[in-house]
Amino acid sequence: MDAKDILGLPKNSFPSSADKKPRPPKESQRKPDGISREVYALTGRMPPLMPSIDASQLKKKHPPHEKITWQWLPFTNSARKDDLHLYHWVRVVNGVPPTGDYSFAKYNKSVDIIKYTDEEYEKHLTDPMWTKEETNELFDLCGRFDLRFVVIADRFPSSRTVEELKDRYYSVSQAILIARAASSGDVATHPLIKEPYNVSQEMERKRALSMVLSQTRQQERKDEEVLVEAKRIAELRMASKVTEQPQLVVASNADAEVTERAVPGETISPSNVQPPSMVVPSATDNASTLASLRMLRVYLRTYALDQMVQASNSSAGLRTIKRVEQTLQDLGVNLKPRVPTKAVCAEHLELRREILTWLNLQKQVQYKEAEGSSFRDGSYGETPGTPKLLRGADQDRTFIPDSMNFGVSSERVGKKDQKRKAHGGPPTSAHKRPRKQKASDL
Amino acid sequence: MTNSSSSKKHGQDQSELSGPTSKSQRTKMGKSEDNDKKNSGKKLKDVEISVPIVYGNMAFWLGKKASEYQSHKWTVYVRGASNEDLGVIIKRVVFQLHSSFNNPTRVVDAPPFELSEAGWGEFEIAITLHFHSDVCDKPLNLYHHLKLYPEDENSSMSTKKPVVVEFYDEVVFPDPSEAFLARVQNHPAVNFPRLPAGHTLPPPIPVEDANRRRKGDTKDNPLSQWFLSFSEADELLQLAAARQQVQAHIAKVKRQISLIEGQHKQLKSSSDQ
Repeated sequence: MDAKDILGLPKNSFPSSADKKPRPPKESQRKPDGISREVYALTGRMPPLMPSIDASQLKKKHPPHEKITWQWLPFTNSARKDDLHLYHWVRVVNGVPPTGDYSFAKYNKSVDIIKYTDEEYEKHLTDPMWTKEETNELFDLCGRFDLRFVVIADRFPSSRTVEELKDRYYSVSQAILIARAASSGDVATHPLIKEPYNVSQEMERKRALSMVLSQTRQQERKDEEVLVEAKRIAELRMASKVTEQPQLVVASNADAEVTERAVPGETISPSNVQPPSMVVPSATDNASTLASLRMLRVYLRTYALDQMVQASNSSAGLRTIKRVEQTLQDLGVNLKPRVPTKAVCAEHLELRREILTWLNLQKQVQYKEAEGSSFRDGSYGETPGTPKLLRGADQDRTFIPDSMNFGVSSERVGKKDQKRKAHGGPPTSAHKRPRKQKASDL
Repeated sequence: MTNSSSSKKHGQDQSELSGPTSKSQRTKMGKSEDNDKKNSGKKLKDVEISVPIVYGNMAFWLGKKASEYQSHKWTVYVRGASNEDLGVIIKRVVFQLHSSFNNPTRVVDAPPFELSEAGWGEFEIAITLHFHSDVCDKPLNLYHHLKLYPEDENSSMSTKKPVVVEFYDEVVFPDPSEAFLARVQNHPAVNFPRLPAGHTLPPPIPVEDANRRRKGDTKDNPLSQWFLSFSEADELLQLAAARQQVQAHIAKVKRQISLIEGQHKQLKSSSDQ
């Protein structure tokens, strides 16, 4: 505020919404407690999220009333199966050695391998591909190597793939579980039952992975290109589908998102996809928009008008829409009515439609006139109405080749209301490069 | 507000009592799709009811009393377009202010639905209209950008004359329930539709006494002298004039086209020789 005073600038220009209430006193004015300013700046001027270690903790003094000694004592490890006694230094407090198991024993975890009896094998587990010995061997290795199948596959006497081994192990375990369970419901939640091992899928997956791994760089590039192409085509197809279908906008009024802040009332615009060459008859669009409006429980008149305008604009290209808006302005009509009552909105829509009709008719005139001149040129053997020329018609000017016959002139088609000159007028030609006319201009 | 029943015009399918200040003849145009619907005698199809509202804000500069963080006193509100009581339709209005305000979610439970505050900044206010249960169970959102400073930067701010920004809109209920229609039958705040022939509504349940009801309208509101007026007549005239012009242009161009086509025929026949 004071700076503006000094500079003599008006005080009014407060920025909108950015910071509303009293801005917190500048950060540089605030002195952080406990750490120096530079360090505070390093952390981004914010107090750290995690409480750092309290430095005073580090210099903890020993409680003086405790007497600490260190002794060389024997210990055992419950994780070991033998009865090995080893020695190590132990911190003894007041003559009392610590109790409890060896502190690392708890890390001795192992997998529970299912053990089956011969009976169970005969009943449930026989398999044409596997002998009993092999299965026994497999399970033994699984137990020894904690289900590390890569290692097991290595040590397996007959050469079997990892997938085969896994398959055998999991299907045996599954069969045993089901056989031993009182009812099928009991084991239904067991991970082995819930997610069975799928051999073919696994093999396919690994094959795919190895393929990806072994791809050369060139292949990678080619794949990317193909994907990009596919995406583009898919998007085009989606776009054409969107305009073919009626634009059903079922808006949830409660959670409407604002697309334009300046517009009062809610506006939800459907995806603004302008497809390159889709001409949808406006009648269906309007009917479907009305239908979707009726599905809403409540809506604002301005919203409804907006939807209808979009529906009628959907069949026109961007340039045409701009022309419609320009025409509205020229006629002194608000682009968005100031008093949008039902009648006003209806009138507004009709006006827009009529302007569209007018613009389309104007284009027709230009077309016809271009046709006409090519008819005349046709008598000289040139192909009448060369498609390229017609297509090259600009919105407001057509490029007509000079023709030298009969003194008939090629004429320059002027803007909207210019009357066509009769024969014998001065030859004029718009030597502008013909722009390719997009279908969206229709 | 006098009921303009004399000027009621029977349009194609729906006619409405005019809400805003002008008593223009309402003619139905354009929306002929309602006639296409099969009137199979189902319950109240093609009957829409609308409520014309005006929402916006008014801001007074505090002048000498202005501080750095409170330079203006402003009021944001939703009112009936003809200052009638909206409480018959709206149960409560929630104004969501900028987060720097205390309790930025302000609920106004009774008409007049307005909220006053003091501040310095302009921001977007989300206004949510909650309707009575028989009207609509879904709330409706409006968004209004609070305006404190006059458009013209050079004009001086006065403490006596506020900056006013208002927007006219209509809340449309495309499929109202019978109960709703019955309740608001003769209420001036509502654009009541024309009911299908022979359809009668139960008489309205006696509402709270007139005194209580009157308080909800904004006719005697202290701010009402600054309310803007919205006349659809002007806009209709403007649109009608524009349409006439365009129709004239269309006719002219059509004549041009037929002229050219005639010439083409001549050329074709001559070149075919």
